[in-house]
Amino acid sequence: MNLYLTLIYEFLQIGLFAAGGGLATLPFLNALADKYPWLTADMINQMVALSESTPGPLGINMATYAGYMAGYSTFGSPLMGVTTAFTATVSLVTPSFIVIMIVAKVIGRYKNSKAVNNAFSGLRPAVAGLIAAAAWTVIKPLLFDFGAADVSGFFNLPEIILFTALMIITNLKKFKKLHPLVFIALAAAAGIIIGCTLGW
Amino acid sequence: MTETDSGKVSLWKLFTAFMRIGAFTFGGGYAMLPMLERECVEKTGWVTHDELLDYFAIGQCTPGVIAVNTATFVGKKHRGFIGAFMTTAGVVLPSFVIICLLAALLNSVMDIAWVQYAMHGVKVAVGVLIINTVIKLVREKIKGLIGYVLSIAAFLLVVLPFFKVSPVFVVIGAALIGIVRGLIIERSGTKA
Repeated sequence: MNLYLTLIYEFLQIGLFAAGGGLATLPFLNALADKYPWLTADMINQMVALSESTPGPLGINMATYAGYMAGYSTFGSPLMGVTTAFTATVSLVTPSFIVIMIVAKVIGRYKNSKAVNNAFSGLRPAVAGLIAAAAWTVIKPLLFDFGAADVSGFFNLPEIILFTALMIITNLKKFKKLHPLVFIALAAAAGIIIGCTLGW
Repeated sequence: MTETDSGKVSLWKLFTAFMRIGAFTFGGGYAMLPMLERECVEKTGWVTHDELLDYFAIGQCTPGVIAVNTATFVGKKHRGFIGAFMTTAGVVLPSFVIICLLAALLNSVMDIAWVQYAMHGVKVAVGVLIINTVIKLVREKIKGLIGYVLSIAAFLLVVLPFFKVSPVFVVIGAALIGIVRGLIIERSGTKA
C-alpha cells in the first residue's frame, strides 16, 4: 500500500482508539513497529525521550516523529519526511476533533439538564484527583529512586532541593502572578548550573 | 452557547494563544493545565475554571490527545468550527515544526550535555506547576466531605499499583456518583 494511505489508515485508528492522552498511543505505536519496516523499537524509545523533552502534546510529537521517520527512511529525503509527518499528524488529530465537535454540541444542548450538572459536580473533584495523580507520576521518578540500595540513594538530593525552592518561589505573593514560562526558564537555567557543578 | 459569546473573540488571538500553549508545554496533557489557566481563564476569561475542568474530564474518556480535545472545545465555544480549527492548528503547529527540525538533526542536539541538564530542571518545574494547579483547584473547587472523598479516591485508584484503574473508569464512576447523589438530594428534599 502507498505509504501515505498506510499512515492515514494507521494514525486515524490511533487517534480514534487511544483515549486518555499521549502515552496511551504507545501500545499502538509498538504494534506499528511490528508491522512496518519504517518503525523500530529503538526509534520508539528515542521518540519517547524526544517527545517528553520537547514542548507540545506527547501524542502529536510522537505522530510527527513516526511520520517523519517513515517518509525519510522510505524516500530518503527530509522534505518527504515533512510531508509524511504532516499526514500522520493530521490523521491523528482528525478523529478527536470530530468527536469533540459532536460532544460540545450535545453538551451545549443539555447544559441545563439536572443529570448533566449532577454528573459534572461528581466529575470535578475526581478530575482534581486525576491531576494530582499526574503530578505524582511526573515528580516521583525525579525525586526518588525506588531501585536504590540504601536510604541515602533513595533521595535524589539536587532534585529535591530544586523542587522545594521552586515550590516556595512560585507561591510567594510577589511572584504568584508571573507567567508559568518564567519559572520554566528559571528551572532550565538552574538545571544547567546544577548539571555543570554538582551533576544531576 | 451562552450569553458571554456576544463579544466575538478574534480567530488570530485564539490561534496565537494556543500556539503559545503548544510551544511551552512540556510533558503534554495535564502539564498544559497551568498554561491553559493562564491563557484561557486568567488572561482572557474565554472559559471558566469549571469549564476547563469539564473539558479535561471529557478529554479523559474521549479518544485522542487531551491537548487537542481541550483546544477544540475552547475554539468551538467562541467561534464554532473555524474557531476549533484555529485553536487545534495552533496547539499542534509548534510541536510539528520542532519535531520535524529535531528529527532532521536528532542525535546531535539531544546529546548536548547542557540541553539535557536544562531539560532535567524543566521537568522539576513542570511537576511544581502541576502541583500548584492542584492546590488551587482543591482550595477553590472542592467543597464538602464528598468532594474530598471523591478526589482522594480518584488519586489513589490511579496511583496505587494494586488498583491502577484507567482514568476512563474513574471519570465514568465519578459522573455516576454525581448523578446518584443528585437524585438522593432531590428525593430527600421533596420529602422534607
